[in-house]
Amino acid sequence: MIANYGYKDGSGEYYISIDTDKCIGCAAERACLTACPKQMFEIITDDYDDEVAWIKKPNCRTLSYDCADCKPSGGYTSLPCMTACTPGAIKHSW
Amino acid sequence: MITAGIDMGSRSIKVILLEELKVDGAPQLKYGVKKAHIMMPGDLDQDVAADKAYDEALASAGLKREDVKAVFATGAGRKQVSFAAEGITEMTAGAKGANFMYPQGRTVVDVGAEEGRGMKTDAEGRAVDFAGNEKCAAGAGSFAEAMSRALQMSLKEFGDASLKSDKTIPMNAQCTVFAESEVVSLIHSATPKNDIAKAVLDAVASRVCAMVRRVGIEGEVVLIGGMVHNAGFVQSLKTAMGVDQISLPDMPEYISALGCAMIAAERQH
Repeated sequence: MIANYGYKDGSGEYYISIDTDKCIGCAAERACLTACPKQMFEIITDDYDDEVAWIKKPNCRTLSYDCADCKPSGGYTSLPCMTACTPGAIKHSW
Repeated sequence: MITAGIDMGSRSIKVILLEELKVDGAPQLKYGVKKAHIMMPGDLDQDVAADKAYDEALASAGLKREDVKAVFATGAGRKQVSFAAEGITEMTAGAKGANFMYPQGRTVVDVGAEEGRGMKTDAEGRAVDFAGNEKCAAGAGSFAEAMSRALQMSLKEFGDASLKSDKTIPMNAQCTVFAESEVVSLIHSATPKNDIAKAVLDAVASRVCAMVRRVGIEGEVVLIGGMVHNAGFVQSLKTAMGVDQISLPDMPEYISALGCAMIAAERQH
């Protein structure tokens, strides 16, 4: 399942997509949990009884601000969460 | 076996009591009889409201709590249903219920009071892709309700008025608060109410459509949630999505509760 967490507002579309098929049985040992400086990722058991990562609810409404520090303007050349997720399950829409 | 699905929405609570009919030799279980369905306005004290809605549904079906094998809850307030064995996300429950009503449906659009979301489902009714808007109400029923209040119309009148307009007036405000002032400006510039109603519903449809396009439009489109009752919105959504037909279930606000009760039944086997 592709789970899109986030929102669209007047300033743009801010979604983090997690491909749960790649996330189940993570080959990166859940590196996203520690890679995100804001610790936005959390492991949950989804409706199909699979352990997958999701974005914590409060962060889903503030992604554009929360992720701003990790974007190129913050000095990063690649996003820490996407780099840490070696199975390639995490994508940003912006 | 009887199971219950409770959809704790932001505006109302929907309860479905479902009876599973086992037909010998049939490859699949049948869910033919809905023992009861009830919708009640929500309350600030959500756990008390859930208890009350559930008891009323049981009473109308002539059942007791011990007759129900499992209670599952869904919706924004699902964690407040203390007597529910499990909580199911709105995506999973909505996809399941919509697939039961329309097995060919692969794109499910759920527009309730608080939130709109788009889902892609597989043949078994599992959500395979979803996107919602977790930040604001601009793509949901409460936005349309706020705008109808500004026009001093009921929601029904609002939807019907929109169908009488053939004008396209773009609404620039993305936020409910700013959009209301834009509606007031349109009223002051003597724009006919029908045109304003259409502009508002076109704006809601366009926001919902943006979410659905994230997951992709595929196969039959099914619309669930309370906004199905708004004929003007349905027309606006058809236009925004560029589809000729959208399948509209009979009890659109109950579909997530239905899906939830079905999942509860499946988990008992």
